[in-house]
Formats: sequence, structure tokens, C-alpha cells
Amino acid sequence: MTWDSLCAYVLALVVAPLLTGIINRVKAMFAGRHGQPLLQAYFDLAKLLRKGAVYSGTTTWVFRTGPVAGLAAVLVALAFVPLGKVPALVSFNGDFLLVAYLFGVMRFVTVMAALDTGSSFEGMGASREVQFSALAEPAWFMGLVTVIYVSGEWSLSPALAGVSSGVWGPAGSAMVLVGLAWLGVFLTENSRIPVDDPNTHLELTMIHEVMVLDHGGPDFAFILYGAILKLWTLGAFLVSLVTPYRTGMVLLDLGYGLAGMLILAMVVGIIESIMARLRLVRVPHLLLTATAFALLALFLVMR
Amino acid sequence: MMVFMAGLCIMLGGGVISRLVPGNPRFGVAVGVLTAVLGALAGLLGAVDVLASQVVIEWTSAWPLPAGEFAVRMDALSAVFLCVIFGLAMVSAIYGWDYLRVEHAQTVRGRRTWLWFNLLVVSMSLVVVARHAVLFLLAWEVMSVSSFLLVAYDHEREDVSRAAWIYLVATQIGSAMLLAMFAVVGARMGSFDFSAWGALRNAGPGFRGAVFMLGLVGFGVKAGLYPIHVWLPEAHPAAPSHVSALMSGVMIKTGIYALIRLVFLLGSPDPWWGLLLVAIGVASGVLGVVFALAQHDIKRLLAYSSVENIGIIVMGLGLGMLGWSYRQPVVMVAGLAGALLHVVNHSVFKGLLFMAAGSVVHATGCRDINRMGGLMRRMPHTGAAFLAGSAAISGLPPFNGFLSEFLIYSAAFIAVLNGPSTLVAPAVVVIGSLALIGGLATACFSKVFGVAFLGEPRNDQAAHAHECGMPMRISLYALSAGCLVIVGCAAWIIPGLFRVAGTVAGLPVDPGTGPLAMLGSVVSRVSGVSAVLIVLGLLLAVVRWRLLNGRCVGRAVTWDCGYAAPTVRMQYTASSYTQPITSLFRAILGFRIRLRPPTGLFPAAASYESRAGDTANDYLFRPFFRFVERMFIRLRWLQAGHVQVYVLYVALALLILLLVAL
Repeated sequence: MTWDSLCAYVLALVVAPLLTGIINRVKAMFAGRHGQPLLQAYFDLAKLLRKGAVYSGTTTWVFRTGPVAGLAAVLVALAFVPLGKVPALVSFNGDFLLVAYLFGVMRFVTVMAALDTGSSFEGMGASREVQFSALAEPAWFMGLVTVIYVSGEWSLSPALAGVSSGVWGPAGSAMVLVGLAWLGVFLTENSRIPVDDPNTHLELTMIHEVMVLDHGGPDFAFILYGAILKLWTLGAFLVSLVTPYRTGMVLLDLGYGLAGMLILAMVVGIIESIMARLRLVRVPHLLLTATAFALLALFLVMR
Repeated sequence: MMVFMAGLCIMLGGGVISRLVPGNPRFGVAVGVLTAVLGALAGLLGAVDVLASQVVIEWTSAWPLPAGEFAVRMDALSAVFLCVIFGLAMVSAIYGWDYLRVEHAQTVRGRRTWLWFNLLVVSMSLVVVARHAVLFLLAWEVMSVSSFLLVAYDHEREDVSRAAWIYLVATQIGSAMLLAMFAVVGARMGSFDFSAWGALRNAGPGFRGAVFMLGLVGFGVKAGLYPIHVWLPEAHPAAPSHVSALMSGVMIKTGIYALIRLVFLLGSPDPWWGLLLVAIGVASGVLGVVFALAQHDIKRLLAYSSVENIGIIVMGLGLGMLGWSYRQPVVMVAGLAGALLHVVNHSVFKGLLFMAAGSVVHATGCRDINRMGGLMRRMPHTGAAFLAGSAAISGLPPFNGFLSEFLIYSAAFIAVLNGPSTLVAPAVVVIGSLALIGGLATACFSKVFGVAFLGEPRNDQAAHAHECGMPMRISLYALSAGCLVIVGCAAWIIPGLFRVAGTVAGLPVDPGTGPLAMLGSVVSRVSGVSAVLIVLGLLLAVVRWRLLNGRCVGRAVTWDCGYAAPTVRMQYTASSYTQPITSLFRAILGFRIRLRPPTGLFPAAASYESRAGDTANDYLFRPFFRFVERMFIRLRWLQAGHVQVYVLYVALALLILLLVAL
């Protein structure tokens, strides 16, 4: 553990809500609107944390555990992911498996809480969530195998640090493919367009939002913050992949890691503005394409 | 060894007494259960002693068996399996005592099962210590027959007796392969004592390959490998739940044990062995979980999930063997240790899930999860146990399922980094399949728990379900705790398993240095992270409690988009929950759909029923057995139905054999 890793972790905790603000601002600009304040997510969190709560009579402690366990899982996962080329807070061989399965924990408890309400809408969202994430998992892992093969390390921070400008030269095409595959997984896992539309207000078409319909107050704040941190954590994979090298100066390294995240948020905003949501039956095709891209990348580097 | 043998004798004696003693059935049952628990405890002590002292114990009885001798050998590998067998046997005996309580009081049938139960445990433990082929086969057959009798517990019910017969036929086919294998090897080696089979390593690759294939099929039937798993989803749901737990949790693992033993007797494997095992493991793993997803009978689903987990174990085994073939000792040890740990883990959480499912079946009187719902409120203990088991079997931290999958993943990633490209390809396949299986298993078990335990009850039985009795609860909590204890003790368990894997392969392994020490420390960090996760979760729970304390916390109905009169039938069912996934895999699942569409101007009744088939059964075994039946019908004229004629047949057969021998 070094100071810059600790700074990166704290930075993530503090700045992550800004990402949704940027995404929404970009979307507003495309639509010619003024848009909500950049800091809207902070306001929302502050408001929710001050509220009471209403629980459905159908629910049990499973429903109340969901947000708490989900936030705990993502807080732990965040500690393993480097930002740019700044190494993660904790790093050991095979740590990426923990990250993947901690997100599994988060998904499991969210789905459980959704099913606990007995609502058919939330059942629908849960059903879609488990389907898409099961298909996203192989794509993410295959991309990771490629990165590990290239860098010769099987721990996240050194593996992603190993994808430096020296690698981008000879294996550039493979890295682009991995980046695209991971972008697909990133958009799926964070329930963004083209998989899920976070803005929709029709429960029939939603995935993540519909699963958390019944949560309110501090519980919903935990869920919101957890989702924001998940956006940051998975985004950090993409940013770390494309960051060329580590300068060694703490502020500079952190700075361009942060810049990468902000640019990624803008990219997401642009994608959401120029694309429509896919029909649900098409989403598996997107994820299989992502897996195929990642496999292709692996074949390219193994050649 | 004496403690171990004493344990077996206690169980056998107790079983016989419980069966024979006349009068009050409660006394017989108490003897059966008590001796099962005590005997298992003694056996467990013996096995733990071998593991702790790292010595190999051999023992030969003064009384020879016909055509063989009663020779046993307990090394670390046997001891690992013995721990699993006795540990789960103890818990399921306590559970079964309560589970059959009503039947115990009313009929003698419940009491009679305890002889078969104890016999099953004894025969399983003899299978994993037998050093002589005849003893091994005898124990193997006793194991099959006693479990058959336990499966046929409710034999008056047609589906149960059918399931029991399917099981008996399947297991006899496996035994036939084993008989052939032992005969071939024994003839070649000139002895049926395993310790005299050292020369097997020097046999030609063709011979060793043939023996491997015979063993793979013979043991694979018992283990439930795809596509010879078809008996598993029939037999496991039919048996009483504590027996299902024992069969799914440990009996099928004896197939894995024997396979490991055989492979290492055969010596350095050809690469195709490992490749074949990886392929079978991937097929069993992915298809097992896909079939499980399509089920809505809770015990049938768990049986299919056993096929999945056996697949994961075989993937680890296959990687280990490939590591051996390609001279990658770390891959070998990690793969093998991962497989062994998954054997232990699966027995804990599958035992837990079967027992919790049994408690549910007991309370609701049905096995269809689409008729349950809302059980969490009515059965909080069972519900909590089932939730822990579901998370563990989905491989989620902080539970034990993650650790073994982590080891198998690690073997694959080390193979990707260090191995030749012929090793990288299967390793990548393993990584991709494990990732997919993990996601699908989460889907599968969130379905079971979500539909059965959460939401509102879908019928009266579910609404009036009652929590299980204290002994059953104790069993459930013991196994749930086991899921966490294994993670907590990883720092001791993992190096031990590395050593076991090393001794099995005949390689001196030092888990204290080199890459294995690194892997061991990584695994203990994983358990550290699991602890952090738990602590952080508790901290956040305190924060939430502090925030809500004193504020207005209301109670309302579930938000259904403004619809104020929701009915329980509007809830998502198991079938609708998994429909998107099962429709992706419909080609494999072979759905049978019965549709009665509404007709006429004023349609009255309509129905739609879909049932997932099993392609291996529908397209492989059913046609095959139909063919066999046709052939056998032609031989019907031989069957006169008179004992005298059959005696004549026996005499004729002996005469022919004598003539051939002369």
C-alpha cells in the first residue's frame, strides 16, 4: 500500500458521484437542454440519507440486508482496481477473481432484495439482470486472460500496468478488441444504454432501476452510491487499459487517471445520446460479440 | 486404524441391532442413529489422525475374503475423503432421525432404513481405503445396493420405484465396466492387490489408455459425469432428504476418489486423458447448471446442480493431469488441490441444501417451487440456511465455494502464463466455462431461493408451513457454519491439500516454499478479504441502523406501479424467471410443451405446460435401451419360469466353462 494508492481510493469515493453528473450533462447538451446540476448525485445522496423509510409488508430481513451487503462488496472490490497506472490499494495474484465475484455478491443480494418484494416487475428486472451478467462474465474474463498473457502478471495492478505504450505498439489491435469487449461489459453491468436505459420510467423495460423500485431512504442511498462506485470500478479497468505509462509523480498520475474517468463518462453520455436501447432479445448478441472480440484478441496475442 | 475399524464395527453392529431388535421401534431407531453418529465420530478421529500425523496406515485382516484378502490402506487422499464421508454422515444421521420422526413412530419401515444407512456409510468408507480389488468391488457393490434400498424407501409410489430401478441399472452398468477393468489389470499384473500394481506405470500407452477409459466410464457413472449422469436427477429426488444429502454430498464423490486413485496408479498420463477430462468437466459443468436452471422440482434441481459441481471438480482434475503431462508441477498441484477442496466444499453446501430442501418438502408437502413462496417468514432457520448454501454454491465470497473455484482458476491462470500453447488452450476453456458457470449458478440459486422463500405464499400449504424441529435445525446450522469455517481455516487447509496432492502424485511437495507458498498465502489473503467483507457489512448495517433510528419507518404494500390489488399469482415464477436463459439454451434442453389453446367464441379452459427434458436421456439412452429390449425379447423362449430349468442352465454353463478350461 502506498500513499498514491490510498489517494486514488479516497478520490474514487469522493469523485465517483460526479461521473453521473457528467453523463447527464452531456446527454442534456445533445438534447439541447440545460440539464441537471453537475453535483446532482451528491444532492440526491444527501437527501436520501436524511430520510426515513417505507417497507413493503411482504419483505423480510433479506430486503434490508441487500443494500448494505451490496455496498460493502463494492467498497472491497474498489480496493483491488488500479486507477490509470496508479496501483490499487491491495494487490495479490488472482485478485481480479475476487473483484469479479464481489460484483457477483452485489448482484446476488440486489436480486434477492428485488425478489423479496414479490412484485412481478422486480422479478422481471432480476431475471434480466442474472441473464445478462452471466453472459457478460465470460467476455470480461477472456479480456482479462489476454491482458494477463500480454503482461505476464496475474494480479490486476501489475497486469494492467504491464499494458504500457510498449505493448500497445505490437499488440495494439488486440488491446483495442479487449477495450471494446470491456466497454460492452461495462455498459451492461452498469445498466447503461444500449442494454438498459437508466432514464426510462416504464417499469416493463427496465433492469437495474426496476429491481430497486421498493427501496427508499438510506437504503436507496446505499444502492445509489454502490451503483456509482461500480461504475467507477469497472470504468477504471478501461481507463487503466488505455493509460500509456506511469510518470512517477503522484499528482500527475492521479490527475490523468481522473481525467480518463471523466472522459469515459463523456463517452458514455455520447453513446447514450446517439444510440437507442437494444431490444432485450438482442442484448445476448451484444454480449456474445464482446466475448468473441475478447477471444479474437487472445488469439492475436498468442499467435 | 483401530479407532477407524472400531467405528465401522459400531455402525455395522448398531445397524443390525436396529433392524433385528423387536418391540418398541423408537429403541431400534435410537440405536441406529446413535451408532451412526458414534461410529462416524470414531472414524473421523481415525482419519484426522492420519491427516495430522502424515503417516500411511496399512492393515490386513487375519480373515481372508473369498478370492481376496481384507487389506486396507489409509493415506492422506483416503483420509480427506473419509473426513467428508464421516462428517456428513454424522450430520445427516441427526437430521434423518428428526426427518423420519413421524414414520418412525407409526411404522417399522423408518426403523429399517437405519441398517441400510449405516451399511452405506461403512461401505463408502471401505471403498476409499480398500487396497485389494476384491474388497473394493465388494464394498462398491454393497454401497450401490444399500443406496438403492434407501432410494426405494417410498417404493409404493410408482415414480420412486422407477427411479430406484433406473439407478440400479445405471450403477450395474458402471460395475460391469469396473469388473472388466479389474479383471484386465489383475490378469496383467498377476495380483489383485493394488500395492502390487506399481508395474502398471510401465505398461504400453494403449493398454493404459484402455484401462483409463474403462475406469472413466465405470467411475463416471457413479460420479454423475455428463452424459452418464441420467440416473442422478431421478434417484436423488426420490430418496428421503438425508439420504439425498449423503448420496449427492459424498457417495458420488467415491467415483471421483476412485478416478484419482486409478489415474495415479496408471502413472504419467498422456495429454489426451487430461484433455478428455477437461472436456467432460466443461460439458458436465455447463450443461448441469443449464439443466438445473430449467427445473422447478427443488430436489431434481439440486441433483442437476451436483452434475455441475462434479463437472467443476473434474475440470480441476483434468487441469491437474495436464499439468502433470506437461511437467508443470504447480498447475498439477493447484488443479488437484482445487478439485479436492471442491469435493469437500460441495459435500458441505450440497448436504446443507438438500437438508434445507427436505425441511421445505416436509413443511409444504410438495417439491415444486412454483407452489411455494414466502417461506422465509414461516421458516426463518431453514431459510437462512438455504440462503447461505445458495451463496456458497454460487461461489460467492465470503463462503467456501469461492475458495475451491479460486484454486482451479489459479491453476488455469498459472497454466496460461507458464504452459506451452497446448496447455493454454484447455486452460482458457476452463476459465471461460467457470466464469459462465458462476453466472448461471447465481441465476439458478437466486431463482430457487427467490421463488421458494421470498415473496408471498402461492398456496395454502406454503402459507401454513412450519419450521423444522430442533435436531434438523442443528444439522442445518452445523453445515452453514461449516461453509464459513472452511474459509476461516484456509491457511491450514490449503497447504495440507497441496501436500496431499503431492503425495498422491508421488512428488515431494513443500507447500512452504516457491510458487506453492505464494499460492497458499494468496488463498489466506482471500479468506482475510472475506473477513473484511463481513466486518464492513456489519459496520454499514450499524450505520444504517443509526440513520433510521428515531426516524419515521412505515409499512405499506409492494409498489406495483400504482396497482393496488396485486395477487400472489402475479409474482414471477421459477419458469418465468429463467425463461430468457432457458430459451437461449432451448436446443440443449429439449423442452416438451403441451398446449391446449383457447378455442371457440367463448373459450372456457386453456392450459400451457412446459417440461424440460434431458437430451442425453431422450436421444441416447432411451433409444439404446429400447434396442436392448427388442433384442432381449428374442431370447424370451429361454425363460421357462421353472427353477429346475434355471438350475440346468447353471449346470450347463459350468460344464461349458470346465470344457473351455480343460
